Amino acid sequence: MSNPTHLQYTAEHEWVALDGETARVGVTAYAADALGDIVYVDLPAVGDTVTAGQTCGELESTKSVSDLYSPVTGEVVEVNKDVDSDPSLVNSDPFGEGWLFVVKVTATTDLLDAAAYDALLEA
Amino acid sequence: MSSRTTPLHEVHAGLGASFTDFAGWQMPVRYSSELAEHRAVRTTAGLFDLTHMGEIELTGPGAGAALDHALVGRPSAIGVGRARYSMICAEDGGIIDDLVVYRLADEHYLVVANASNVAVVAPEIAARAEGYDVTVRDTSADWALLAVQGPASAAIIAALTELDVPSLKYYAIDAGTVAAADGAVEVLLARTGYTGEDGFEVYCRPADAPAVWAALAQAGEAHGLVPAGLACRDTLRLEAGMPLYGHELSRDTTPYEANLGRVVVLDKPGGFVGQDALAKRKEEGPARVLVGLVSTGRRSPRAGYPVVDPATGAEVGEVTSGAPSPTLEKPIAMAYVPPHLAVPGTRVAVSLRGTLEDADVFELPFYSRAR
Repeated sequence: MSNPTHLQYTAEHEWVALDGETARVGVTAYAADALGDIVYVDLPAVGDTVTAGQTCGELESTKSVSDLYSPVTGEVVEVNKDVDSDPSLVNSDPFGEGWLFVVKVTATTDLLDAAAYDALLEA
Repeated sequence: MSSRTTPLHEVHAGLGASFTDFAGWQMPVRYSSELAEHRAVRTTAGLFDLTHMGEIELTGPGAGAALDHALVGRPSAIGVGRARYSMICAEDGGIIDDLVVYRLADEHYLVVANASNVAVVAPEIAARAEGYDVTVRDTSADWALLAVQGPASAAIIAALTELDVPSLKYYAIDAGTVAAADGAVEVLLARTGYTGEDGFEVYCRPADAPAVWAALAQAGEAHGLVPAGLACRDTLRLEAGMPLYGHELSRDTTPYEANLGRVVVLDKPGGFVGQDALAKRKEEGPARVLVGLVSTGRRSPRAGYPVVDPATGAEVGEVTSGAPSPTLEKPIAMAYVPPHLAVPGTRVAVSLRGTLEDADVFELPFYSRAR
């Protein structure tokens, strides 16, 4: 599995697309595949403050519930309403249509580049 | 503990299965999408590898009497070629395992136990059979088990066997062959399953399992059969209201709490292990009963979540299994609740990771196939 090189990653299998001071966040194909068919996504609300490394929502599959961690700190400025109505987008297009939320970033944790994340998955 | 693989492991890997450790076995959890596999079983057919299940065989003139003593049902009354759902209970009435008992011949029974329990059940039955003229053997290693489940399953099987499939009754078993690429393979064909659909379970020798799988997959292709993993098996059985050992059934539960008192034959001649405790439990009535729950929200109650009495705010029960139902398109669950909350339509609350959400008691099963 190769992950897009223009993104950054966390060990909790989120991806981050940094663009100036905003960050778009999703979960990786690896995470989506491990969860199975995602049927419900509980996202933070616009205006919420999320904190890097802290839970900010849930991903629910037929099999289990997983916490969603924020990879960055800041204010949520946009959430993906399409994913709310069709959670399967996270499975079908995790790096694209299945994005989850956008944060106006005030701080980040150490993020992995694609090579480091690939290495983590292979370890 | 290193997990065991079935004779179909290479086949599953070749189909791109994700694997999970289940009761010491590496089993396919899904091949592509568990929702698609679930829907295939409800609408066409799914093909399962169930080789992890345990088989115990009893042979000899005392086989029926020994099982009557060991189990809560009355296997000696099962007709040859028929099957019965049963349980083995401890002296205190607690469930050691739930079982399917097949009578293959007058003096030959096949008892199918859960993978997680066969190491306990086989010696327990052997101990209870002492003094009877019977031989008890754990023959799990001698059997592979495949299941074809779904409305198209009869047509798929019928194309491959000389057995009279349309005449094979639900909960019946027959010995015959399945036509595979290299010739006929000897099998036991049972019209049983764990999905709520019409379906068949095919017992064969482990070495024959890849050939039987290939034959079923090929015959099923035109009918829309897909390989199906344990993830969809769990949502299928939950919709069908079927209990799972370790969730709805345990050593702390008797058949009466689980609404399965009908499998207990209290008045059989000779008595059985657990009889006194079960008779007492039946007379007292259960303090908690198994019900279905349909959540009003979008999040699913999951195993272990507390059920709360909305009138008092007190935790009064516990969810035993829960998942989003692909067929109902709502979160469903099974849970133990006090009898006063067990009436269908009763509103209860479930604590979902700290948040109370409403759910309505639903009469099981959630799903019944049209017959």
